[in-house]
Amino acid sequence: MDLIVDGISEALRRLAALDPDVRDAAFASLVVSGGATTLSLVTGIPLGALLGLGRFRGRNLVLSLVNTGMGIPPVAVGLFVAILVWRSGPFGNLDWYCTRAAMVAAQYLLAAPTVVGLTAIAIQSVDPMLRLQLLALGATRWQLLWILVRETRLLLLTAAMAAFGAVISEVGASLMVGCNIKGDTRILTTAIVLDTGRGEFGGAIALAIILLVVVFAVNALTTWAQQRRVA
Amino acid sequence: MSVLEARDLSVDRGGREVARADHLVLEAGETLALLGPNGAGKTSLLLALASLLPSRGELLAHGEPIRDGLAFRRRIGVVFQRPLLLDRSALDNASLGLALRGVPGKAAKERARTALERLGIAGLAQRSAGGLSGGEAQRVSIARALALEPELLFLDEPFSGLDAPARDRLITDLGRVLRESAPRVATILVTHDRDEALALADRVAVVMAGRVRQQGRAADVFARPADETVAEFVGVENVLAATVERATDEITTVRVGATLVAVTEPPPTTADGVLLLIAPDDVVISRQHGSSSERNAFAGRITAIETIGRRVRITLDCGFPLVAHVTHQAARELALTPGETVTASFKATVPHLLARGRGN
Repeated sequence: MDLIVDGISEALRRLAALDPDVRDAAFASLVVSGGATTLSLVTGIPLGALLGLGRFRGRNLVLSLVNTGMGIPPVAVGLFVAILVWRSGPFGNLDWYCTRAAMVAAQYLLAAPTVVGLTAIAIQSVDPMLRLQLLALGATRWQLLWILVRETRLLLLTAAMAAFGAVISEVGASLMVGCNIKGDTRILTTAIVLDTGRGEFGGAIALAIILLVVVFAVNALTTWAQQRRVA
Repeated sequence: MSVLEARDLSVDRGGREVARADHLVLEAGETLALLGPNGAGKTSLLLALASLLPSRGELLAHGEPIRDGLAFRRRIGVVFQRPLLLDRSALDNASLGLALRGVPGKAAKERARTALERLGIAGLAQRSAGGLSGGEAQRVSIARALALEPELLFLDEPFSGLDAPARDRLITDLGRVLRESAPRVATILVTHDRDEALALADRVAVVMAGRVRQQGRAADVFARPADETVAEFVGVENVLAATVERATDEITTVRVGATLVAVTEPPPTTADGVLLLIAPDDVVISRQHGSSSERNAFAGRITAIETIGRRVRITLDCGFPLVAHVTHQAARELALTPGETVTASFKATVPHLLARGRGN
């Protein structure tokens, strides 16, 4: 019991003092996960829209792969990216191993299937007659895509929330490709793992509180935006 | 030159032909109704004619084959059964097609506003689409198509989702708008409702089981259905087996049971047995026995009285079964009751003769 009480009081002390380690880890988390989520939205929404609208051979296979990607273990992605950016790997010349760039790449691979898959579902949920109506109004294929994406923006916001939630809370991939370097690639989740391993529960609890607050804040913001649109 | 012409046009779905038009022509300024029961293939035909559905055969606009689907679609307007509005204001919705076609914002809004005015809903311009009633939303949808100033307007059952008062008002207003636009806009209206076709169409093409079975002036198609199936669909309830007794240059006399009926149409050339078709709306009911000036007047006992929407359906036994449709007012004034005997009459120009067996 003392362990918990001591841990919480230590956590509150570090939070009140704006402990630099905690602050740096929180900032790195936001940069890496925010970057990966943004990238996944920029590339995943058009891809998902094309997948949702398109009728081509192998479409079901692609959808199955995307859906599988939504549940892929972070350590598998971490291993894959680590091999790619390892010094002797195919992208070794980029010198990304143990950098935030590698972490963004790994988290992007985790987030993108969620965005692509949920966008495809969102676009497919649009009334097929609306698509026909837009074509009848003279829309080109790109105009059609753009309008459908706009019409499904509430669902796409959900995709963004799900993607961010998945990457901000993952630890395996970031640990494997970022190397948990203090003040650089150490993010909230990897720092929690490290502090817990050392028995420094105060620091771990402080980091966990921040992680929860960040996740809650982002979700609260997007939920507010969603509900505002619904109302 | 016709605005749109289809030759041997057929639409397949799932490897099966669902609609076909051997030859369909739309002239400038006219309104053609594709009339048929639900599931007849009318909408498939309309979508193919609008180049929104792949089809086989020839589709010509102003005599030229349509090669660029997008360019063609940018010359037409389409209104569907449901309004299919975006989550924007009525004005934004009405100007959407213009925006997609690259018309600058201010000009697009101006044209959309004019179209909303024509449909009597200029006051709703800033209202969100979600806050519109079904009738209002459908008016916005029609305004969206009219704002495009299309040379061809395709209307796919635009009134079917509306309640009766909203539907009647919209039919009246759309009829006015179509008449105003007539020289510039040719219209194809899909409907299963005879009244809508009569109210709006210059010509009717009856579509049944995926095929255009008959086309012609609306009044002609309703008065002279090509076969028994078309007759049944266009509301000719009196289809009576008859035989030709004699035929002169002026009058054909046919026998229905023990009764002789005078018809101005010549008998079908290839048949002894004929079908005598009489539209119920053309049968007049009166209480004055023997005073009718019509050639065909028969005493008949009322066997049933039923209300069917705006009319009352009277079934009579005149020695042969005969159905008449009268207005509610006429039914009240005549104080009709089942079992009593009245006079049913119709002009000799009313009945239509078909060779027995055609269309079966």
